[in-house]
Amino acid sequence: MGRAELKALGLAIVAEKALAGGGLHLTGRAGTIPPVMKQLLTSDQVQAALDELYEAVCRQLPVNMPIAVIGIRTRGETLAQRIVERLRADRPDLAVDFGVIDIGFYRDDLSRRRGAPLVRATEIDFDLDDAWVLLVDDVMQTGRSVRAALQVLHDFGRPKIIRLAVLIDRGGRELPIAADFVGQHVDVPDESRAQLKLTETDGQEGVYILKKE
Amino acid sequence: MAKKASTSSRKSETATRAGAARRKTARATKADKPAPSAAPAADAGEFVWRRKDLIGLDELSADEIVHILDTAESFKEVSTRSIKKVPALRGKVVGLLFFEDSTRTRMSFELAASRLSADTVLFTAKGSSVAKGETTLDTARNIAAMGVDILVVRHSQSGAAHMLAGKLPVSIINAGDGAHEHPTQALLDIFTIRQRLARVAGLKVAIVGDIAHSRVARSNILGLKKLGADVVVVGPPTLVPGAITAMGCEISHSLDDVLGEVDVINMLRIQFERFQASQFPSLREYSGLFGLTGERLKRCKPDVLVMHPGPINRGVEITSEVADGPNSCILQQVTNGLAIRMAALYLVSQGNK
Repeated sequence: MGRAELKALGLAIVAEKALAGGGLHLTGRAGTIPPVMKQLLTSDQVQAALDELYEAVCRQLPVNMPIAVIGIRTRGETLAQRIVERLRADRPDLAVDFGVIDIGFYRDDLSRRRGAPLVRATEIDFDLDDAWVLLVDDVMQTGRSVRAALQVLHDFGRPKIIRLAVLIDRGGRELPIAADFVGQHVDVPDESRAQLKLTETDGQEGVYILKKE
Repeated sequence: MAKKASTSSRKSETATRAGAARRKTARATKADKPAPSAAPAADAGEFVWRRKDLIGLDELSADEIVHILDTAESFKEVSTRSIKKVPALRGKVVGLLFFEDSTRTRMSFELAASRLSADTVLFTAKGSSVAKGETTLDTARNIAAMGVDILVVRHSQSGAAHMLAGKLPVSIINAGDGAHEHPTQALLDIFTIRQRLARVAGLKVAIVGDIAHSRVARSNILGLKKLGADVVVVGPPTLVPGAITAMGCEISHSLDDVLGEVDVINMLRIQFERFQASQFPSLREYSGLFGLTGERLKRCKPDVLVMHPGPINRGVEITSEVADGPNSCILQQVTNGLAIRMAALYLVSQGNK
């Protein structure tokens, strides 16, 4: 479907298609060419992936070590929060700390980016030394966010073990970093962007592919 | 459960490399629109800072001011860590150009730069090329030519920072220019107000003292008004220009009249070094009328916030009892200044591409 045709569809039809799920709709900032968005995973599939991830983590929990679940903003934070809530309910015998990392000041592309979106505070108000840390991110591609997050963790202390959990692994690694736990592997062309949407941050759930034209 | 959700084949490595080369070309030719970034774009609607310089609060929007304050909030957290450093400006050089003396602002910028992992070089007017007759622009150009990325400029002439910003490709931060503006001081004042009183809009702020010579007053009035606070400037007629009402503030010549109605009192320093002629009959009379004493503090709202940009003339504009008392946030201002300057350095560096 060409861009002109898409434009001709009109907002009402676009909205209707989007609501129907799996359809096409336009998004993006004014003045830029709107990327085409395609749904890759439904809300149920996201839930199944999260269940898978959670169970894999549970099988590998350490004994006699302080446990911390730390999410990378924004959606890694939400996922980490869900994991912590479930863990606290299922395993009241464990003490589980919860933290959030903002990698904004640690990115390796800072000198290439134009403009500065807001970087929020990192929230790790517990001792990381000798802890078992589960680092949580939403979609893993290049591995660069994880590299930055590891650097943040090491500025806060010296965890005994850091494990990495990602809900979606979309391939395309540029650094020698691998996740220990993966909810779902998906295959996405390099030039496209896979985006996870979660109820808490986006009002809906699913994994979408944004194809940049 | 199926592990493969989509079936698009991965590109060969050569194709990826060709793509990378194309991106590089696009960046090198640099059209007027932003070069495509490999990093995910900011969420639509999210505010993004795009300024190369920080000259004054006059040209900033309320959104931009709030963005600086929020960024400083994140840097405040960095200062509470055992390792108080982030790599945000690693490899960058910050030049501190102090044509006018300053100790705390300079130290604050120096420390802010080092917490961002930047290197600093210092230039002071004393015993330097300025004494040999070099112009401000030539001095700045020479320092920029050494590969400095950000220049922090303090100058006795209003407009010095603005002039340099227009002529140099490096980022300029105004650290005080004449009687014009001192944006980082006002930002740290507003940050401290927001921190202590949890809001800025709707507050009434008194700025007391030498309004005529004060860049701190001007920047504070501009910033506070933009964020929805009311400002009353207080001082003897010789130190309060009538035209200051054009900035949207009220004037009072009696501190006693405003005490009961304000949420914040910002006591400016009497700047003896700036007086050309005697602008009030005696120091004793001035502190009698405009000094903040324990007795005056009793007539204020109980949670009134007492501020001072420093250095304090104890016993002149503020008594020790008040400066060191529970309503004072003078040292908190200094602490917050560091976070504000980290935010300023980080933001202008990201805005200059």
